[in-house]
Amino acid sequence: MAHGDKSNEKVVFVGDSRVRKGKGFIVPPDYTAYPGKSEAFIPNFLLKEWMVGVVVLVGFLALTIAEPAPLGYPANPNANIIPMPDWYFLFLYQFLKLPYASGQYVAFGILGVPGVAFLSLLLAPFLDKGKERRFYRRPVASSLMILSLISLFYLTNVSWTHYQNELKATGQVPEHIQREEEAREKRAKGLPTSSAIQQKEIAIVDKEDTAMETFKKAGCVACHAADLKGAAGPSLRGVGDKHNKDEIMKIIKEGYEGKMPPQYDNMIAQGITDKEIDHLADWLSKQKAAK
Amino acid sequence: MFKGIYNWVDERLDITPIWRDVADHEVPEHVNPAHHFSAFVYCFGGLTFFITVIQILSGMFLTMYYVPDIINAYGSVEYLQTKVAFGQIVRGMHHWGASLVIVMMFLHTLRVFFTGSYKAPREMNWVVGMLIFFVMIGLGLTGYLLPWDNKAYFATRVTLQIADSIPVVGPYLKELMQGGQIVGAETLTRFFAVHVFFLPAVLLLLLVGHFIMIRRQGISGPL
Repeated sequence: MAHGDKSNEKVVFVGDSRVRKGKGFIVPPDYTAYPGKSEAFIPNFLLKEWMVGVVVLVGFLALTIAEPAPLGYPANPNANIIPMPDWYFLFLYQFLKLPYASGQYVAFGILGVPGVAFLSLLLAPFLDKGKERRFYRRPVASSLMILSLISLFYLTNVSWTHYQNELKATGQVPEHIQREEEAREKRAKGLPTSSAIQQKEIAIVDKEDTAMETFKKAGCVACHAADLKGAAGPSLRGVGDKHNKDEIMKIIKEGYEGKMPPQYDNMIAQGITDKEIDHLADWLSKQKAAK
Repeated sequence: MFKGIYNWVDERLDITPIWRDVADHEVPEHVNPAHHFSAFVYCFGGLTFFITVIQILSGMFLTMYYVPDIINAYGSVEYLQTKVAFGQIVRGMHHWGASLVIVMMFLHTLRVFFTGSYKAPREMNWVVGMLIFFVMIGLGLTGYLLPWDNKAYFATRVTLQIADSIPVVGPYLKELMQGGQIVGAETLTRFFAVHVFFLPAVLLLLLVGHFIMIRRQGISGPL
């Protein structure tokens, strides 16, 4: 220690630094000042706190085992579901639907009320500066907090009830329940229960077949690509799962739903025989996803 | 032998005062549920920390299976939920723990408020506590998207719409969170990074500050 601990020195430094030691710190109360039995934090007090913790933990694990975490279907922007935030955001969600907190007043709805409320919560000790600690002797702070709590519970309840009514009105079931029921049905039938989107690639059946030559010669590759994965037109891999031979023949002759023009005359003009076209349709109908 | 090792380390690092400061300080009677049952309200802060530790541990195990991209995210969660041994329990703990930590923190905040414990000299600790509250809310918000199911996707779309309607900064904030024009691949990776790296780092720093301040200032006296 460069400067020693002698208290009669005019300037006292912190350790061996050049920082002057101040004396402004508000010393915490000594608990011997309070009547009663204070005890050491570890292990005495922590053991008691742990006992409370164990009660909570048992309840928590019971909940976890009884109610598996919900999981719906994979995200799909076109799905028709009622959007709901997690429960602790419901009050804010509902508040922002109020007429004077939405539409043209949305700035007020976001900054005006929740903004002021959260800011005053953050700065509460600087707003409620009196020395009094008992809540019934701090009527302004306490009543503001109680009022906020009431509106919190009220708004959450309104939002939840509204959601339940909406579910009933539209006949919807929350997706995590749907998925669970579907999985249970599939399991009973011995099918795979996954709802995840399968990314398995479908292979071309009989790649070496002469129909492949016809396919290229007829110009089908222009839209459906040489690997059948599709370009301007859809992929034809696994097309046999959707259409049988007769339907494919009809599509070649008459086109498809206005998206694909008839190709038959064009193919004949290319010097492709009826027999080859028939074989092509047959080959396409055999394009099925491997089971 | 352990004593020898301890003494060797202690001579060089002087670690005894550190743990004695944590372990040996006196806890007054009025917060001890063994003496006054009503003092269980003083346990909510400790329970919040307890659940936070559970969240960190279960979250660490979840990242062993979770894949933060839009094609595999759902599949990885489903696999974890249905195929992995105890995956359902670990995910359940993380899911319900997220709600429980909010409940505990809410009760802790109310206890501090109604006992007036935030008054001088503990103002700063209250502010840090509120910041912890906001970080927890942020963790809940970002974690909600990660399973990438419809509920997660639509809730996030609504959240970002609300962020968008904040005057002046809203559109920038939305684009920052969303990482593009739509809720998509970028949004998921951003939320994942914020949920797993940014916010937990901030949370740990704030918790350290919270605890150091409790030791410095002591527990508030009886009413």
